Amino acid sequence: MSILIDKDTKVICQGFTGKQGSFHSQQALDYGTQLVGGVTPERGGETHLGLPVFNTVQDAVNATGATASVIYVPPFYAADAILEAVDAGIQLIVCITEGIPILQMLRVKAAMAGTGTLLIGPNCPGIITPGACKIGIMPANIHLPGSIGIVSRSGTLTYESVHQTTAQGLGQSTCVGIGGDPIHGMNFVDVLSRFQADPQTKGIVMVGEIGGGEEEEAAEYIKAHVSKPVVAYIAGLTAPSGKRMGHAGAIVTGGKGTAEGKVAALKAAGIEVVSSPTDIGVAMKGCL
Amino acid sequence: MNIHEYQAKQLFLHYAIPVPDGKQATTPEAAEQVAKELGGDGWVVKAQVHAGGRGKVGGVKLAKNLNEVIEFSRGMLGKRLVTKQTGAEGLPINSLLIEKTYPIKRELYLSILVDRSSERIIFIASAAGGMDIETVAHETPEQIISVPVHPATGLQGYQCRKVAYALGLKGLQIKALGKIMQGLYDLFLAKDASQIEINPLIETDSGELIALDAKINFDDNAVEAHPDIRAMKDAEQEDEKENKAQQFGLNYITLEGNIGCMVNGAGLAMATMDLVKLKGGQPANFLDVGGGTSVEKVCEAFKLILSDHSVKAVLVNIFGGIVQCDIIAAGILAAVEQVHVTVPVVVRLEGTNAEQGRALLSNTGLNLYAADDLAHAAEQVVALALKGTRAEATA
Repeated sequence: MSILIDKDTKVICQGFTGKQGSFHSQQALDYGTQLVGGVTPERGGETHLGLPVFNTVQDAVNATGATASVIYVPPFYAADAILEAVDAGIQLIVCITEGIPILQMLRVKAAMAGTGTLLIGPNCPGIITPGACKIGIMPANIHLPGSIGIVSRSGTLTYESVHQTTAQGLGQSTCVGIGGDPIHGMNFVDVLSRFQADPQTKGIVMVGEIGGGEEEEAAEYIKAHVSKPVVAYIAGLTAPSGKRMGHAGAIVTGGKGTAEGKVAALKAAGIEVVSSPTDIGVAMKGCL
Repeated sequence: MNIHEYQAKQLFLHYAIPVPDGKQATTPEAAEQVAKELGGDGWVVKAQVHAGGRGKVGGVKLAKNLNEVIEFSRGMLGKRLVTKQTGAEGLPINSLLIEKTYPIKRELYLSILVDRSSERIIFIASAAGGMDIETVAHETPEQIISVPVHPATGLQGYQCRKVAYALGLKGLQIKALGKIMQGLYDLFLAKDASQIEINPLIETDSGELIALDAKINFDDNAVEAHPDIRAMKDAEQEDEKENKAQQFGLNYITLEGNIGCMVNGAGLAMATMDLVKLKGGQPANFLDVGGGTSVEKVCEAFKLILSDHSVKAVLVNIFGGIVQCDIIAAGILAAVEQVHVTVPVVVRLEGTNAEQGRALLSNTGLNLYAADDLAHAAEQVVALALKGTRAEATA
C-alpha cells in the first residue's frame, strides 16, 4: 500500500508538449508511471512521446480513464489549468508551477470547495510512491520502496529526507511535497492522516519551514490522532523577520510563523524535532 | 514589491479614498513651492523611504512656516534615514511628500490583506490607530476587528457597517467608511496587492475621514501583469545585491555573518544557514540558485557572494535533482577563474551527477574542499572562516 497514488494510477499531463512537460513526462515514463496522455489546446490528435495529445482535459479523461493530472503550465495559466482538471472530474491534481499570483490561488481554492478533488501544490516537487508511480520533478534514483512517509513544504529538503532514509535502508512509502506557497492544496494534516491510515507506512518525516501556522496545526493533530513515530525538522531558525526566503510562503511577519514557535509546538506535542537537517534519517531509524 | 507613500496616495485618489492635499518634491525649493500652492499656515514634511517608523527618527516634521519647510527639506534630502525597520545603513531620502495638516480628533487603523489560514481577503480595523498594530493585537486583542470577504460575493455593505460601528463612527461617516473600504477592496484586486495599510486613518475635528498614511505591498508573483505598478519601483530603496540577484533570477538576501552560502532550493538554503549557525558560524546570505541552473548563473551567484567583503569562506550545498552537479562544478570553476577567489570554498555535491561534479573539483590546485557529507561540510566551512578572521586580525 501507499497513499494517493500507486502503480495503477493513470496520469495525464497538462502542458504536455512544453519544455518542462516534455522533459518530466519522459522521466515519469522511464520510471514506469502510467502516463497515458497529455493536454495541449489546439494540438489534439497529435502524438507526443508516443502518447496521445488532447485539446481538453475532459477529452483526455474520456479517452484514457485518467484520474490524476500533473500541471506544468506557466504561472498565469495555472489557475485555468487547475480548474479545467477539477471540471473534468480529475481526483488528484499535482501542480508543479511556481509563481502563481496569490489572488488566483485564493479564487481557485474557493471554487474547489466541495468538489472532492485533491490538489497538491502549487510550487511543489510533486508526489512519488517509489517503485510504482512518480508524478513531479523529483530525481528518481534517490528513492527506495520502503516504510517511511515523507511530507514537506520544500522540494530540496524532501530530497534530503529521501536520501537519508534511503541511506538508512528504510526507504519510503510515499513522499509528498505540499509546496512553498501561502495558499496551496493539501496541507500537513491532510497527508498525515493518510500516512496514519496506511499500513505500509511505519514512520513519518515531516519537514516544515517558517511562515503560516500549518506546522502548529499538524502538531495538534499528531498529538491527538497519529500513533506512528514522527520526526520533524523546521527550516528557517536564522531567517530574519519580514524577508521572504525564496518561497512566497516562507516569511515571518509580526512575530508569527517563526521556526522557534513551530519547534516548540511540535516538541510540546511529543514529536522528535531534529535541530540539524543532517540528522533526519538517523533519528527516524532510532524511532522505529 | 513596495512603493512610496506618495505613490500609494496617488493610487488611493484613483479609488476615491480621501488623502491629505499634498505633493511630492525632490528639492527644498520645490518643497517650498508645493507648500505655497497648498496654502494654509502649517505643513508636514515627510521623508519618502520604503520603511516605517519614520516619525521617531526625524523623518516626519511639522513646519509652521515656509522657512521651516525649506530648512526641514534641506535636512532630509540626500541623507539616509535609519529607522527600526531599516538596516544600520538606512535608506536614502531622495524625495519628500509635503502635505497640508488637519486637526485630528481620533486616529484609527484600517488594513486589507490575504489571510493564509482562512484563504480569504480580510479587513482588519481598530479604534487604536497610530500605534503599532501588532502591539495592539498582542496587548488588547479586543480592540481589533477583522472581517473576511468571500471571493464570490465581494465586499458587502453589512461588513462595512460592522467595521464602522466597531470604530464608533456615526451618521455620514458610516457611508464614508464604506466607500473607503470598497475603494481598498477594488484597488487590492485590480493591482494584485498583498497588503494595504492605513495607519492612521484620521477622523478630523469636522468628522471627515482621511488616510494620513498609506502603505501598499504588491504580490511579487503578479507584478509582471501590472506595468503601471512596476514603473513605480524604486531600486535605490532596495539592497543593491538583492536587485542584482533578481536580474539573474537568483533569490538572494543579505545577512550579517561571514560565511557565504550558495544552495539550490529555498528550503535547503534556509536549512544550510541554520546548520552553519548550529556549528558555530554566521551565514552572510541566503542564496537560492533555483532549478534551471546554468554555468553562467552559478558564476554570477558566486560573484554576488564575494562582492560582500565580510565573507571569509563559502559553503556550496547542492542536492542535484533537475540541477546537475557537474554543471554546478563547472560554474564554480569558471567563477574561481573570473573573479580570483581567495577565500576557501567548501563544496558539498549530492544527487544527479555528483561523482562527475566532485571529480571536476578535485586536484585543481585551487582553494577548494570537496565534502560528501553536509554536516562535515558545515563544520569545515565554520573552521575555515574562523581561521580567515584570525589571519586578518594578525595581519
